[in-house]
Amino acid sequence: MTLIGWAQIALVLAAIVAAAIPLGRYVALVAAGRARWLRPVETLFYRAGGIDPDAGQSWRGYAVAMLAVNAAGFLLLYLILRLQGMLPLNPRGLDGIPPYLAFNTAVSFVANTNWQAYSGEVAMSYFSQMAGLAVQNFLSASTGIALALAVSRAFARGGLQSLGNFWADFTRISLYVLLPMAVVLGLVFVALGIPQSFADYVSATTLEGGTQLIPLGPAAFQIAIKHLGTNGGGFFGVNSLHPFEGPSALVTALQTWAQAVIPVALCVTFGRIVGDARQGRALMLVMLGFLVAATLAIYAAEAAGTPVMAALGVDPAQGNMEGKDVRFGLALAALFTATTTGASCGAVNAMLSSFTPLGGMVPLFLIQLGEILPGGVGSGLYGMLVFALLAVFVAGLMVGRTPEYLGKKVQAREIKLAMLAVLVLPATILGFTAVSMVLPAAVASLAHAGPHGLTEMLYAYTSAAGNNGSAFGGLTADTPWLNTTLGIAMLLGRFAYVVPVMAIAGSLAAKVKTPEGSGTLPTHGPLFAGLLAGVILILGGLQFLPSLALGPLAEHFSMLAGKTF
Amino acid sequence: MTGILRPAATTVVLFTALLGLAAPAALTGLAGAAFPDQAGGSLVSRDGAVIGSSLIGQAFAEPRYFQPRPSAAGDGYDASAGAASQQGPTSAKLVEAVRERVAAAGAQPVPADAVTASGSGLDPHVSPENAARQVARVAAARNLPEARVQALLQEHVEGREFGLLGERRVNVLRLNLALDALR
Repeated sequence: MTLIGWAQIALVLAAIVAAAIPLGRYVALVAAGRARWLRPVETLFYRAGGIDPDAGQSWRGYAVAMLAVNAAGFLLLYLILRLQGMLPLNPRGLDGIPPYLAFNTAVSFVANTNWQAYSGEVAMSYFSQMAGLAVQNFLSASTGIALALAVSRAFARGGLQSLGNFWADFTRISLYVLLPMAVVLGLVFVALGIPQSFADYVSATTLEGGTQLIPLGPAAFQIAIKHLGTNGGGFFGVNSLHPFEGPSALVTALQTWAQAVIPVALCVTFGRIVGDARQGRALMLVMLGFLVAATLAIYAAEAAGTPVMAALGVDPAQGNMEGKDVRFGLALAALFTATTTGASCGAVNAMLSSFTPLGGMVPLFLIQLGEILPGGVGSGLYGMLVFALLAVFVAGLMVGRTPEYLGKKVQAREIKLAMLAVLVLPATILGFTAVSMVLPAAVASLAHAGPHGLTEMLYAYTSAAGNNGSAFGGLTADTPWLNTTLGIAMLLGRFAYVVPVMAIAGSLAAKVKTPEGSGTLPTHGPLFAGLLAGVILILGGLQFLPSLALGPLAEHFSMLAGKTF
Repeated sequence: MTGILRPAATTVVLFTALLGLAAPAALTGLAGAAFPDQAGGSLVSRDGAVIGSSLIGQAFAEPRYFQPRPSAAGDGYDASAGAASQQGPTSAKLVEAVRERVAAAGAQPVPADAVTASGSGLDPHVSPENAARQVARVAAARNLPEARVQALLQEHVEGREFGLLGERRVNVLRLNLALDALR
């Protein structure tokens, strides 16, 4: 660890917070229907769909509309992938994607996960990438943000029957927030070296006379939304490590910024919607606190390297370099890894499978904590609000008082639904991992023996259910079993989670606002922030501790004992 | 039910047209006009023929060239199949591979980037320390004074971006091109 490394981390984090504040306020304006500069396009969408943007929807109406647009998106993407061979912009003449892989990939992109059991430059045509995958990068992000807006509104006033209109929120977020940001960032990315071209791959004759086939494609625009929408699916197989996807340290810093800025900004939006900026700030500080701690832990672990390498005669000065490229440096690799797993993005600028055992455990644990630190676009905020409800509930138990959050009484129904949502993650992750570790067809996919093998499998289901998408990449994921079960895990992690959350929002929206009294727990102060952090660690983290002990921790101690597998 | 199907279908189709076709096509046009070199892959040509991309590493085995990091992409530096080893820290396979590379690399300790596979398999850079260890070999193979090669290397050491971001590094392809252009 070096001072200049810390300076890099501090600079990027400061840029995230500095941009998040105005951006969060702007998103609140958009949510209120007050952004109008693309009005003709917006109106066209409503007219074509027969949509009345001012018609309020109940939580059920909102959730059904959300599910319908996601189902339609899945269907279209699945068809595009299957029919790839007949569609245009396919200079390599690639065939359609086989059914299991197409199912897995379509679910993955619709559920904002972007788990990839394929390699982009090998399997996907330019058309599939830009008109299929990239579109879902936008729409799954808009879905998440729309849901977060609906949940936020539930706390705004008393006696609400409507959470807003899904179609209006979805269309406005896509048009006024994501599209302009992706266009600007995409152009910046081209200027900094990321290709944006429909030309065929280029065959080069190297200095030593060999041939090198250089892939191209409309990459910059897709990579821009991949980070802004916390999607994370690489245009190229090795994701942001590919010199065309992450050509420089500046690009990797910008991508780190892009994948955290909207989730953090939505805390500000929340504060605006509920009319109390301090509430959003408290949530933001908890998110950032975890993010900084995780970055520190990864940076320390990777900079220390491993005793295995040192014993072989490798200079420890550069730290652990297996699976890392030289240009980014360890500090930006650590910060990128913490944000990509804390923010449910899943892009990588260093290969997690080759991290030190503890360095690799941190991203795994960040996902297991529920993808709320700061979480995916929208999903981070509504996930955090679920934990906020649980935190006030725990506080209420301690003093024997009906808990309230922002004046809304939190009662048995809300807590049952919140626990239902929170239990989706451990049930899916641990259930599927346990079955897969005894199923020969699944074990055959592992690249490693010993505890690292368990971590590979655990990471895969964690990443899928947490809608993250990063991987311990040794795993051979393109098999019928993994494609199917990981696809199901992604669906559960996204939709089985959010439906109970919407039910909570509907139930809370209808309640009256109780005025603040002397016995009310202030939910903007350090006491609440500490309580919230504790509930996240205990409720979110504790259930995974045994699996972490068997995976990364066992590997760490094996490594210290000089054992290899 | 039709009350849901129509907006869902039209919204997805219209957004596919806007975000999946119109916007990337417009951006491609704009990028090609404003930044044709970067948009097309930052290709490098010599004598009219494309010899690679300045962003992507390529394989060098001959002693007269500086050599890049170990690569797991295809047979090494296959740009259409970028890949990492994905080997974990307690992998016996990784230990064996690194042991062999260290043995071939001469005096210990060896800079880590010289004996570990990069994450992309296409890393265009090596650390300045790694490159410095290769100066004597390259100079001997080319019958050049070591000081000359050393000076050329120094010219090609890139500092941190804006003096802050990333690491100090040497682009191997650019350095080798400059070597070929000497005299």
